[in-house]
Amino acid sequence: MANAYKIALGQFIPADTPVHSLDPRAKIIMVMAVIILLFVTHTAAAFTLWFLLLMYVARLSKIPAGVLFSSTKPVLILIIFTSCLHIFSVPGEKLFSVFGISATKEGFILAFLISFRLALIVMYASLLTLTTSPSRISDGLEGLMSPFSRIGLPSHDIAMMITIALRFIPTLFEETSRIIKAQESRGADFESGGPVKRAMAYIPVLVPLFVIIFRRADNLAVAMEARGYRGGSCRTRLNPLRWRKCDSMAVILLGVLSALIIFGERLLVR
Amino acid sequence: MPRETQFILSGAEFSYPGSSGKVLSGIDLEIRAGEWVALLGSNGSGKTTLLKILSALLVPTQGSSFISGSSQDDAACGRKAPCAMVFQNPEDQIVASTLEEEVAFGPENLGCPAEEIRRRVTHSLEACGLSGMEKQLVSSLSGGQKQRLALAGALAMQPAAILLDEALSMLDPQSRRAFTEIIASEHAKGRTIVQVTHRIEEIRLAERMLLLKDGKIEFDMPREDFFRMRSEDLAAFGLELPPFEKLCEILRIRGLLPESCAADIGAVETYIYDAFGK
Repeated sequence: MANAYKIALGQFIPADTPVHSLDPRAKIIMVMAVIILLFVTHTAAAFTLWFLLLMYVARLSKIPAGVLFSSTKPVLILIIFTSCLHIFSVPGEKLFSVFGISATKEGFILAFLISFRLALIVMYASLLTLTTSPSRISDGLEGLMSPFSRIGLPSHDIAMMITIALRFIPTLFEETSRIIKAQESRGADFESGGPVKRAMAYIPVLVPLFVIIFRRADNLAVAMEARGYRGGSCRTRLNPLRWRKCDSMAVILLGVLSALIIFGERLLVR
Repeated sequence: MPRETQFILSGAEFSYPGSSGKVLSGIDLEIRAGEWVALLGSNGSGKTTLLKILSALLVPTQGSSFISGSSQDDAACGRKAPCAMVFQNPEDQIVASTLEEEVAFGPENLGCPAEEIRRRVTHSLEACGLSGMEKQLVSSLSGGQKQRLALAGALAMQPAAILLDEALSMLDPQSRRAFTEIIASEHAKGRTIVQVTHRIEEIRLAERMLLLKDGKIEFDMPREDFFRMRSEDLAAFGLELPPFEKLCEILRIRGLLPESCAADIGAVETYIYDAFGK
């Protein structure tokens, strides 16, 4: 499990908790709603409330907070990059300057808020994948997209693609680390030099990685066909989706909490 | 009572699109239900292609193929697959994240009701020594356990035949033994086994040996005849006797073991006990 904790994005941690047992459609709806609402809220107080709610749900689902925090690692570079952009591009009270470009107080505040928002989005999305198996996410997405299949949207195919992508995230990370180790054992250097040199050093890793991805995809397609996979038609489920009272309650509760946060923020801003 | 026919290939040929060379040519083969057939041959001899034709994943470019239990679509209505395949690398065939979801994938595709899927999942995991691990993550399993999981996934489809494509090649001796025991018990229940390998020690339990060379069947013989072949004859086909069979051969050449004694641990033990034990 230690390895599984290394990369939380796309990982599933099985447990018998109320959050795990919620209908995947309810969880997807709630996470989507929270992500949209995160763009509606703009203050540190509101973000803190969203954060506290996240921590409470994480505790309910027995997901260690560290796992959630580690899920932001893949977007850390993006967070740093956008923060730098905001710090140096937002006009306002000058704090210091680097190469003639001024860093402002307003820039720092905005960078903090946007980083907080980005981290929350990633952590809420991770909470969904950590508490819902890829197959259940696939079922949930298929269920939510099924009305659109009447207008020709291949809802099952899209859902299956997402499931397989999620299932293969850890495998691809393992494969990447194996290739890196193999290249290092033959003298490749990924540590020294500037950013450009380091990035160039990864080209010999990407080439075999892509070859492996395509080979795996081909093998998996054959294996799925051998197991009778013919797409969504006539396919049944081990755990058919059942929308229960607790799913409705969870959605309503989130709706109430969201309304309180947004309303509270509006009051605060006034 | 004669066994019913499971697979028939007549004059089957196969070449991959865009390739001029034939991977298989002039394959005439009949496999009866309940047989355990070993498909031997070196790399590139056409073993996997032949297996894919038997599992209806490929269709011969020439000649014909017949799989008992009719087409896969018809089989889906009966909630059973004519055959299920286990591949070399378990990582390449596992679709789901948890054990129960993985095993359920096949029966779900066959359109089984939820209770039936649950029953098959429990039964298949139990048969493969993985019961009690239903909710566990696939990523937490060892290589041997993953291959047993792949076999459980195949068994859940309740196939008449299990096709193994070098399914033991990535396993350690202990896992190989455990895997072979499961296959043997499934064979004892009447399932047809077609096992592709290039290692003779993996097919001691097979009843019939087929050797493919350059896409053609070089020989097709019962196990007893195969294990009586001399190592130099096998070497001509690129095969090597396992240590025990090699020892039996040396003992026979030196007159210490009669020709009539099969290269079987039990038979040799009995002979030695009878001859020298007293």
